[in-house]
Parts: sequence; structure tokens; C-alpha cells
Amino acid sequence: MNELKTIDELEKDKTGEQELFAFPELVFKEFLAILAAMIVLGLWSLLMDAPLKEVADPNWTENPAKAPWYFVGLQEVLVYFDPWIAGVCLPLLIILGLAALPYMDPNPQGVGKYGFRGRRLAISVFLSGYIFWFALILIGQFLRGPSWHFYWPWEDWSIVKAAEPALTNLPNPLGLALIAGYLGLGIAVTARTARRRRLGRSAQIKFICAWILILLMFGVMGKMALRIFLHIKYIVSTPYFSI
Amino acid sequence: MKLTDTQIWRSIFRHRFKDTERNRSLTISSNVFLHLHPVTIPAKAARVRFTFCLGGLTFLMFIVETVTGVLLMFYYRPLPEYAYVDIKLMEHTVRFGLLLRNMHRWAAHAMVMLVMLHMLRVFLTGSYKPPREFNWVVGVLLLVTTFLLSFTGYLLPWDQLAFWAITVGSKMAAATPFFGVEGPFHEWLGIHSQNDMKFLLLGDSEVGGNALLRFYVLHCVLLPLGCALLMLVHFWRVRKDGGISRPL
Ligand code: HEM
Repeated sequence: MNELKTIDELEKDKTGEQELFAFPELVFKEFLAILAAMIVLGLWSLLMDAPLKEVADPNWTENPAKAPWYFVGLQEVLVYFDPWIAGVCLPLLIILGLAALPYMDPNPQGVGKYGFRGRRLAISVFLSGYIFWFALILIGQFLRGPSWHFYWPWEDWSIVKAAEPALTNLPNPLGLALIAGYLGLGIAVTARTARRRRLGRSAQIKFICAWILILLMFGVMGKMALRIFLHIKYIVSTPYFSI
Repeated sequence: MKLTDTQIWRSIFRHRFKDTERNRSLTISSNVFLHLHPVTIPAKAARVRFTFCLGGLTFLMFIVETVTGVLLMFYYRPLPEYAYVDIKLMEHTVRFGLLLRNMHRWAAHAMVMLVMLHMLRVFLTGSYKPPREFNWVVGVLLLVTTFLLSFTGYLLPWDQLAFWAITVGSKMAAATPFFGVEGPFHEWLGIHSQNDMKFLLLGDSEVGGNALLRFYVLHCVLLPLGCALLMLVHFWRVRKDGGISRPL
């Protein structure tokens, strides 16, 4: 035992932090967690059967055809955006945005503890996105019926829903002005703030990137609101693509 | 002679189990699996109410998936003629086959849910901040891999649910700008239904036998290997970045 520190010595380590032996203190907790998880999983698997429908039939379309639940949120976005946005650009932006997140958040506060103070903006933005993701999943999974029409849980799917109110497109000049105004103004304000804070060059770029992503996220929500409340289908429509 | 004094026993277990500090250390350091942990940890890092064990439980679900998945492979053939029948047979004639399939399915859902919750915990505790930025990025790759693992597995039962869910999903690939046959600007690159993103994913322009084989290989070989590799890096980096984050 010569070269090894005793618990008492370890406790009084330089940092003054209390140290524990991983065995048994941590390993035992892990053991309990594994045991609990396996019991839950075992019971669940005994009581609930995995779904299995009729054999796949390419000629008999499921209606509604739902993606697995973790992608149903994206499928729900398909109501509001064309597939190249909802199914490709948006997921790509989410992944890139998540990966870039640690490099865009310069705030050193709040490491190793839960707490809102000191990180208000980061936590608000992340939670908005996180809750939005799950809200869309809940809507898509539980409130969408045949042809992706909206049904409350107590409504009968066999009663066909009335068609949606007619949708209109914004005139392109107005739509372009709207997008340019929203993003342009947002970026301009961001850039000015960055300059006023005398951020260095790379900090400036990170700051602006972060805000572009935040603007895009709230832009997605905004476009959804436009459709729900003002029945607008496209903000900009061209023969090549529409937004 | 006591069993624990035999040469065989001593060759396997490198130390005694008397509860001494030396043996507590050796339990960790002489065991390749437990050696994922440091010998001693800050008391704060061992609190369940900090990590809620979410990363560890995600890993546990991956292990459950690996074990049950390999067992399922004994009974399953990835061909449209057989796949569905094999699942049915597994449920009705293989002893514990239904339980096996249930566990594989529910643990997959649990893994997806747990990985998202783990990400939330890491975010809320600011654990992505320096020096842990890169491990967060590895985490994001793990998140994507977990989704893909689950998604590719979804097709394998070859039932209506599977077929149409993947049909919906693969429509997205067709919508890729430039590279999907229904995406904007695909004409510019001469993309058509036989050479676009969706064709790459499905090995065909529709979900069929080729897609089933592709998803099977991805699901059983490529993605699990990729996931294991990423986890290796992830766990190693947790250690190298100074262990679980804690207040400075
Ligand atoms: C298959 C998926 C994953 C597995 C098995 C996994 C496993 C783990 C484990 C066991 C830990 C140790 C602490 C804990 O349990 O919380 C950990 C820490 C960590 N994980 Fe993951 N993880 C996964 C996905 C992710 C994702 C999606 C992210 C973020 C996007 C992430 C970011 C991190 C970071 C930054 C740490 C260090 C946390 C700290 O120091 O407090 N991981 N991971």
C-alpha cells in the first residue's frame, strides 16, 4: 500500500475536492442502474409485443404512412416545407448546427452544473429547439390521421376531414423582401453588435454563424405560423424551387 | 487447497478481494472493462443526479441490441421472400423468439430516447465547453449513427409498417438538391432516377430486395462497427478531457 494514497490523503488532494474509489462507489451505482434498466426492459418486452403488420405490399399504400417516431417530427415539417427543405436541408442544418454549437458558444460559465443563470440565451435557444422537435413528434405521431389530416385522439379516423382552406402564395417580390428583411435585418443587427462588442475576427464569425442558425430555426417556426394563421403556402415560388 | 490459491485462479484474478485500498484500485486497473473508469473519481462525478446515468444506459442499450441482434440473425434471411416469414416463424416457433424480438425492438426505441436525453443533460450542464468540444462533436456523430441504426432496422421485418415508413424516408433522399431526382437543380448534373441519391440508398428506384439487402448490411455490420468505433473514441475522450465535467 506504500505508493498509494489513502482515502484521507486523496480527500485532501490539491483541489480540496473529495475523491472516491471508482470501485465500489461508482461501479456499484452502475450495477444498480443496469439492473433496474434490464428489469424494466425485460418486463416491457414480456408485456408488450413489437408491432408487426401484414407482409409488405408495394401495391397497397398504408395511409397514413408514418416514419419511425424519431423522424415523424421531420415528416410533420413536410406539411409546411417542400421535401428538399424538410427532409434534407433542415436535418443537415440541425446536425451541422449541433456539431458547431460548442465552437459558437463563447460563454465559459455553467460547466458541470445545472442552472439557468449565466447561460440564459444558450439554454433558452437550445430548449426552444429541443421542445419544438418533440412537439412536432407528438403532433405527427398522435394527431395525424389518413392523408396526414389533423385528428384529435378522440376523433374517428374513418370520418373524412374537410379539405384545408385554400392556400395562397405570397407574391414573389413581397416574399423575397420578407426573407431578405428577416435575415438581412437579423444579420445586420448581429454584425453591428459583434462590432460594438469589439470581438476579434474569429469570434465575430462565430457570433454571426450562431445568429444565422438561430434566425433560421425561428424562421422555420415563423413560416409554419404563416401557413397556419394566414394560409400561405409559399413565400417564394419559382419553377425550380419554392420556399 | 483453496480454489483461490490454485495457479489457474491466480492466473485469472491478479489480486485478492480483501477490501483494502490497494485492492479497490486493482479491481479497476487490472480489468480491461472496468478500466474505462479512473481508479479514483471526484465525489461530484459519481452523483447519479448529475448524469442520470444516461450515457451509460445508452451504451447498455447498444450492448443489449448487439446481443439480441446477433441472436436474431440466426433466424432471419434478408430476402423479400423470406424476411417476413422468418419474423413470423421466430414469433411462433422459436422458443423465446418473440421475447427476443421484443427486447431488440424496445431497446432500440429506448436507445434513441436515451441518447437524446443524454445530449440534453450534456447541454444543460455545459459539458460541451472547452476542453470537451470535440467529444460533443463525436456525440453528434453518435446521435446520427443511432438514428441510422434504428432506421435501417425498421425495414427488416418487411411488413407494411416497415415498407411504407422506409418509402416515406427514401422520398427524402430523392428530394436532395442537385443529387436527388426530385430535388431542385438535379437536371444540371444529369441526375435521373437510376443514378440519384435515392438509388444509392435503395440500390433501386423503389424499395425492394436490393434495399432490404442494403439496409441489412448497414444495420448488422457497417453501422454497428461505426457506432462501436465512435463510442471507443467518445469514452476515451471523456477520460482525456478530464473526466465528467464539474464546476471549476
Ligand atoms: C450512442 C450514443 C452515446 C453514448 C453511448 C454515450 C456515452 C457517454 C457516456 C457513458 C458518458 C459519460 C457520462 C455520462 O454517462 O453522462 C458520456 C459523456 C459525454 N457525452 Fe456521450 N454518449 C452518446 C452520445 C452523445 C451525444 C449525442 C452527445 C452530444 C451531442 C454526447 C456528448 C457527450 C459529452 C460532451 C460527454 C462528456 C460529458 C461530461 O464531461 O460531463 N454524447 N457519453
